[in-house]
Amino acid sequence: MSDGSITIGATVAPAGTTRRTLPAHGSRRSHAAYALVTPAAALMLVMLLGPLAGVIALSFTDYQLGAPHFSWIGLANYQDLFADKVFWTALRNTLTYVVIVVPGAVIAGLAIALLIQSGTSLRSLYRTIYFLPVMATLIAMAVVWEFMLHPQFGLVNGLLRGAGLPAFAWLQDRSTALYALCAIGIWQAVGFNMVLFLAGLVSIPKQLYEAAEIDGASSGWARFRLVTWPMLGPVTTFVVVISGIRSFQVFDTVHVLTKGGPSKSTEVLIHTMYTEGFEFFRSGYAAAITVVFLVFVLALTLIKSRLADRGVHYT
Amino acid sequence: MAQIELSAIRKSFDGTDVLKGIDFRIADGEFISLVGPSGCGKSTLLRIIAGLEPQDSGEVHIDGRPVDGIRPSARNLAMVFQSYALYPHLSAFDNIAVPLRMRRLSAIERLPLLGALLPGRRAKERHIRADIEGIAEQLDISPLLRRKPGQLSGGQRQRVAVGRAMVREPVAFLFDEPLSNLDAKLRVHMRAELAELHRRLKATFVYVTHDQAEAMTMSSRIAVMMGGELIQAGTPAEIYNEPGDIRVAEFIGSPKINVLPGRIRKDGGVDVLGTALKLTCNAAAGDCRIGVRPERIELGTGPFSGTVVHLENLGAEAFVHLAVEGIGSRLIARLADVKHLPAMASSVAFGFAPDAVRMFDPAGKRIELRMEQAERIREPAHV
Repeated sequence: MSDGSITIGATVAPAGTTRRTLPAHGSRRSHAAYALVTPAAALMLVMLLGPLAGVIALSFTDYQLGAPHFSWIGLANYQDLFADKVFWTALRNTLTYVVIVVPGAVIAGLAIALLIQSGTSLRSLYRTIYFLPVMATLIAMAVVWEFMLHPQFGLVNGLLRGAGLPAFAWLQDRSTALYALCAIGIWQAVGFNMVLFLAGLVSIPKQLYEAAEIDGASSGWARFRLVTWPMLGPVTTFVVVISGIRSFQVFDTVHVLTKGGPSKSTEVLIHTMYTEGFEFFRSGYAAAITVVFLVFVLALTLIKSRLADRGVHYT
Repeated sequence: MAQIELSAIRKSFDGTDVLKGIDFRIADGEFISLVGPSGCGKSTLLRIIAGLEPQDSGEVHIDGRPVDGIRPSARNLAMVFQSYALYPHLSAFDNIAVPLRMRRLSAIERLPLLGALLPGRRAKERHIRADIEGIAEQLDISPLLRRKPGQLSGGQRQRVAVGRAMVREPVAFLFDEPLSNLDAKLRVHMRAELAELHRRLKATFVYVTHDQAEAMTMSSRIAVMMGGELIQAGTPAEIYNEPGDIRVAEFIGSPKINVLPGRIRKDGGVDVLGTALKLTCNAAAGDCRIGVRPERIELGTGPFSGTVVHLENLGAEAFVHLAVEGIGSRLIARLADVKHLPAMASSVAFGFAPDAVRMFDPAGKRIELRMEQAERIREPAHV
């Protein structure tokens, strides 16, 4: 297309003036390009960039939800934040949650996808069963989990007692509450990851496995290392990043089951932001927490695009 | 180097018989082409030899040993796939290295980081590198070794795939339509290269193709398969000149052999389109079919006539399409002299020498013919 328009420009303009007419021609073209981009850019501005700029601006104010006036206080919110022990606890808990849930959900999702893929019958049944938690409302499921983890009549402790093992007050004990939430997080994310991995597995050409077999990769592990794992690379990157972002956002289970307790042992970033912004109405402070949260998500996204650039060998 | 023996191989998919009892022996060092139309079972047969597909019944012997139930990796065969099946994440070098690493390195030595620390690993890698560089030189791909398959052209990928097959010196090479993804020019070139490779390696090649030209040009023997059966096996010249079945005659040769309706008289003589041929046979009286290759049709003289409906001038040769009364399909004659082509829509007389005739019964089986008398055979030549 660009070739065509340059030729037209060259034939219309007399020789010698070509060089001068080309930039004008180019700018006319870029006008059209900007015009075409406008609707999408406007939407992005209104829906994404505008609110984002608003949040960042808000984090430099002492605005309280519903207050008629506010004033600029610079970095005071951030100073408060970094001096606040609750913030550091929330950050540590969130990172712990991510570090446990991401590998757990990715490995379990891949393992289940491989099992389903290698099975012969009932594939779609298993697929549906493992995908059910993704479709279910998490808040409702959190309530179900609350009963399952109940210290006295919960199913989990019932099973433990039946096996002769000690029971725990899972969600009420400081040492177990976060890990119980991690388990629920993994349970919830596995189905989604499994579906992505299944799609990735289906798209691996069968002939690669046959070539691997002929080349001497006789064990399942050798074929996994030689074909499956590298061919799943792009999917795995995507799954890890998506799981990472989703675990950073953990809120519903915390809010329903523990409200950050006992004694802040399950306090996570988004929950802190929620309590500060919507219970204590310190919107400016909550905005500062949001900015910190966004920095982490942005970092994850950047890592993903880096890895995606490296993955050129899949074309 | 190996001989491969197939006995009574049967295979069906979902109740459809794909292979209906194949018996075949491939001699050591032979270049065998399995050729036939799509769906004739030739690829399935190759996959059964490779071990990628189990047969329902029958046995495969390689070098006299039964290999049924032995994994493909343990049969020590190499295979080149139609899609090449190169590992897209590995460079050409690493692709070729896979079979060597799988065989020479232990599972622990193959581990990414730990493996490199093991004492024997470095020496083995050195040997592997030397072997691969030798192969790359033979195949003329040395400058490409560091590229990924995605950065290679079709022909280059083909060579890498062949290199991966060659590098571990297998007992036999299996090719599954390896040239069908290449453009026409490159295909002709690779044909010559593969034939050359076979002469150099003197290994057993089993080559599956639906392209009769590939089979004719490269093989020491051709096995023609149709509908799950192996109909005829022989040298390219035998298959072309002495087809045992009309399906073989029609499949091999381009343009296709001309088929004319004929009749066997009670005295053993043969009539075609109302004209008696100077041939006799021992078959019972009744209908038959007469096959004559396009290059054996002589235009300008002879007892038959047809109208020119189409001309194909290829420069070095020309094909004249004739509409002949009494036969449904057109008759094609090959002319070596392109300077004197008949005019379109003109009526042309044609004939053919008695020894150009191949006769088949209504079921398609070949019927042996006898020339009537020696001096009469020469007659068409004098006219």
